[in-house]
Amino acid sequence: MRLVKPSPFVYHRPTTLDQVLEILAEVGADGKVLAGGQSLIPLMSMRLAAPAHLVDINHVDGLDRVETERDGVRVGATARHAAVERNPAAFASVPLLRQALVHVAHPTIRNRGTTVGSLAHADPSGEMTAVLALLGGTVTLAGRGSERTVGAADFFQGPLESAVRPDEVAVEAFFPAPEGRTGSAWAEVSRRHGDYAVCGVGALVTLDDDLRVTASVVGLISVGPTPVVVDVSDALAGQPHDTADVVAAGALVRAAVDPEPDIHATAEYRRHLAGALTERALRDAARAAGASVDGGDA
Amino acid sequence: MTEGHQVALTVNGIPRAAHVPARRLLSDFLRHDLGLTGTHVGCEHGVCGACTVLVDGRPVRSCLLFAVSVDGASVTTVEGCCEPDGSLGPVQQAFWDRHGLQCGFCTPGFVTTITAYLEENPDPTEDEAREAIAGNLCRCTGYQNIIASVLRAADLRRGVRA
Repeated sequence: MRLVKPSPFVYHRPTTLDQVLEILAEVGADGKVLAGGQSLIPLMSMRLAAPAHLVDINHVDGLDRVETERDGVRVGATARHAAVERNPAAFASVPLLRQALVHVAHPTIRNRGTTVGSLAHADPSGEMTAVLALLGGTVTLAGRGSERTVGAADFFQGPLESAVRPDEVAVEAFFPAPEGRTGSAWAEVSRRHGDYAVCGVGALVTLDDDLRVTASVVGLISVGPTPVVVDVSDALAGQPHDTADVVAAGALVRAAVDPEPDIHATAEYRRHLAGALTERALRDAARAAGASVDGGDA
Repeated sequence: MTEGHQVALTVNGIPRAAHVPARRLLSDFLRHDLGLTGTHVGCEHGVCGACTVLVDGRPVRSCLLFAVSVDGASVTTVEGCCEPDGSLGPVQQAFWDRHGLQCGFCTPGFVTTITAYLEENPDPTEDEAREAIAGNLCRCTGYQNIIASVLRAADLRRGVRA
C-alpha cells in the first residue's frame, strides 16, 4: 500500500454527547473530533495531521439540526453545509448563509462537510468563518460538565486555531439574523471555481425608511490570520442606497487589511481584491436591502 | 496497533462486508477489499472528483471518508449506474453517444456525479450542466463533450432516443 494514507488511529464511535465528552477527556490532546472530515481527512492522508484517537460524532443523535428562530439560525455540529444551504427558513432568516455557502468548495464536498466543523477548523480562507464574524455569531462548546458560548472575535485565534480545547467539542453555531432593513451579499475571487478564495468579502448594509445607509460592515477571508471585519459605515452613512460611495468604503478596507503573499497572489494583489470585492459586495448588499419590502426581520 | 473493524455496506444493492483497519478510506475499501475497481483514485485529497460515489444517494468523495464511518450506508458506484439487465445506464450511454471520455480515468466520478445531479435536476440548461460537473477534473476532453453528455443523458432519461 502506498504511503499517501492516514497514520493508524484508534476509532471511537460514541452515540451520545456524554460519551463523546468522556472519550475526549480521556484521550486529551491525542484526540481529534471527526465530523464531515473534508478538511481533516486530506490533512491525515498527507500526514500533516496524525491524531492517535479519532472521535466520530456522526452517529450522535440530535447534532444535525438546522433550526431557524426569530432572531437567527442555529446549526448543529453534524449539519452538512448542503443542509444549511438548502434550508429555506435559514435562507429567509440569514440570506448570507446561502450566499456564502455556494462558494464553499464543490457541492460534492458540501454534501459531507459540516458548517460547524469548518468553523472549528478555523481556516482563514474558509467562508463560514467570516460569515460568523460578520454577523456577530457565536459557537457553543461543550466539555465534561461544562458548556460555554464564545463570540466569533474570541473563537478565531489564528490560522487553523480556534478556541476549542482538546476536551471540548463545538456542538452548535448561532448565526444571528441582521436587524432592521438589512441586505447582504458575498463576492469572491478564486483561481478556479470552487478553489480556496484568493480573497472573499461578505457585506451587510442597513438602510433607514428613506433608503439611506445607516450602517455597513464587511467581513473578509484570505487576507489575515483570522477573518477580518471592517466597519465601513463612516464611508456610506446617510447616503442613498443606490448611489452610496462604495469606492470610498473599498479604500477604507484596503487600508485596514494586511494580507500575506503566497504562491497564488502577492500581498498587493490581495489588497486590491479586498477593495474591489468590497465595492462589489456592498453594492449588491445595498441593492438587496433596497429591494426588501418588509424592512428586515419583522 | 490499530484494531480492525467489521464494516458492512450495501453496495449497488448487494450487502457487502469486510474486516478493515479504521484508517481504510472508502475508496480503498471499494477497490481493495471489495474488488470494485470501477471507482478510480486520482488525487486522494478531494480535488479531482474521480473517486466520487453516492452514499445514501448523494455524491461524496470516497477518498475523504473512512469506510468505518459510513458503516451501514447504501453506496452506489459507477458499476451500479447501469440498467438492471447490466446494459449501459442513461449517463453511461450518453458518454458513449457524445464521446464524453477519452482515457476514461475520470469518467466514473463524472457518471456518479451526473447520475445524482439528474435525479434532482432532470432538465438542466447548458450552463447548469457546466456547473454540475465543476467539481470534477478531466485532462483529456476539454469538457465540451462531457457537457453535451449531461444534456444527452437528460434526454435519454426522458425517453428521447434521437
